[in-house]
Amino acid sequence: MQHILKVSNLTKYFGNLTAVNDLSFNVGAGDVYGFLGQNGAGKSTTIRMLLTLITPTDGDIELFGYSLKTHRKEILRQVGAVIEKPDVYKYLSAYENLKLFAKLSGIKPDHALLMNQLEMVGLANRANDTVKTFSQGMKQRLGIAIALVHNPPLIVLDEPTNGLDPQGIADIRNLILQLSRAQKKTIIVSSHLLNEIEQIATRILIIDKGKKLVEDSAAALFDSTQTILQVHTTNNAEALEKLSQSTWANHLKPMRDGLLIFQLSQEQIPQLNIDLVKLGIELLSLQPRNSLEDYFLQITAGKQYVDTFTN
Amino acid sequence: MWTHLQIELYKIFKRPRTYLAFAAITALIGVIQLGLKVDGKEYTEFVMADFATSFSVDGNILNGYFICYVILQLLLVHVPLLIALIAADMISGEANMGTLRLLLTKPQSRTAILLAKFFAAVVYTLLLLIWIAIMGLLCSMLIFGTDDLFLMKSSYVVIVKESDVFWRYAGAFCFAALAMVTVAALGFFLSFFAENSIGPIVATMSVIVVCTILSTMNIPLFNTIKPFLFTSHMNNWKEFFDFKVNDANEAIIGSIQNPQKIIQSSCILFAHIIGFVGSAIILFRKKDILS
Repeated sequence: MQHILKVSNLTKYFGNLTAVNDLSFNVGAGDVYGFLGQNGAGKSTTIRMLLTLITPTDGDIELFGYSLKTHRKEILRQVGAVIEKPDVYKYLSAYENLKLFAKLSGIKPDHALLMNQLEMVGLANRANDTVKTFSQGMKQRLGIAIALVHNPPLIVLDEPTNGLDPQGIADIRNLILQLSRAQKKTIIVSSHLLNEIEQIATRILIIDKGKKLVEDSAAALFDSTQTILQVHTTNNAEALEKLSQSTWANHLKPMRDGLLIFQLSQEQIPQLNIDLVKLGIELLSLQPRNSLEDYFLQITAGKQYVDTFTN
Repeated sequence: MWTHLQIELYKIFKRPRTYLAFAAITALIGVIQLGLKVDGKEYTEFVMADFATSFSVDGNILNGYFICYVILQLLLVHVPLLIALIAADMISGEANMGTLRLLLTKPQSRTAILLAKFFAAVVYTLLLLIWIAIMGLLCSMLIFGTDDLFLMKSSYVVIVKESDVFWRYAGAFCFAALAMVTVAALGFFLSFFAENSIGPIVATMSVIVVCTILSTMNIPLFNTIKPFLFTSHMNNWKEFFDFKVNDANEAIIGSIQNPQKIIQSSCILFAHIIGFVGSAIILFRKKDILS
């Protein structure tokens, strides 16, 4: 696969704080690249280095085969970005904002193009309203229209769902999927929300304290042959003691939210159910799960970490 | 660069606050003109009190040229605040709104972005001065008529022939423009250090007030730095209204008493502009945009 972005040994210090530590990763053409980490993990710093807002202390960034250090303008012509809050000029209308940033992106925008962009993000009927009258979700959609107005092959979205209501989050998610599937855009999207990334990403990079924890395709991370099973019994502590001495001990994972967690194949679930009954364990529920959240559980083996992400 | 300058001007003139300055100048000049139209005779009698016994003046002292001189003296003290409102907001305002980071992700160099912003502030400053010229000089000429310009200096009187006045105002306004662009450059430089508009605006005015006090205090400790303070040179537009005299003590038409002083002051103001804007560019090119 052709790599659009190559990041090598990227490091950033702010005084004594190491925000990004020797980070390397590649993004292929057409990927929806999920960039995942807790707040303060170094996601935004990395993205800002990709967009030249922050100068790296060390390391190299190569986009479209060019070094960002030497070909900044050429590269940024091919990138559209939304960085955290969608801040635009509040005293200008949506149309005026879009036109202004289109010109700054190096294109001569015509009316049809601008209206088409606003139509795509559902703002055509509010084109002439000043942005100060917009909701957060509308501002976010306008931010995305600005990012897309010059038709860049790479789109960088830093926490694009921040501050949005569930409908707004769903709208942004659908827009990302549409851009990826229909327009074949390469998208880098950062988030601290596991379920968001899980639903859209084709590749995922997880970082913590500025360091890479894991980078792989979403398919590889979500092993379909393995299921995470949450088991709730009338006495989970007693059940854990009995199971620890049984043949199921190897499938047991650390308890989460007071529930028993198993990792096993789908085919093993009926047998587990039978054995639980045989062991005298009274079942309340069996709930199979297979999500990124569970993957986190595996790689971090820490409840607190996962809770931070999911709450 | 040109596109970016157009965009910056578009943003400036789309903001209501921009027109506050023009409205304020219109109101101030209107008030002065009204006051002098109604009570101008009493005003000139009061000003001329010291000369009344030794001078007999024919003609229209309270003419448009004189009114403009009074307006310039009063207004050029307050115009820096109006300039700071825009210039000191150029970078900090963008940082405050959060648009700075979006702006810097566009394929434009930081230097080009900054220069476009500064030149937009310069255009605004020049338009403000042109407006002062229209309201203060042209409107005053229409309302009060024209005649020789009669000025009372601390120890002498200057009478500038009507035919010799207009070009002096052109020169004075050009010099004032340079002085006000220096204020804009200061505000622009201070704008770099803050992420809200109020701080740099207040800081700009504070620097001007402190430097003006230092410029006017006659204390040996400060006398060495006085020549290098831009505030020591901002009022030298008045030099355009001092002329040379011949052996018969008659004014030499088209002359300036001390052109060297004007050139020197212009150079110092220009050096300040280069210093402020250059420093802002150097610092801005290295700045990490975190907010």
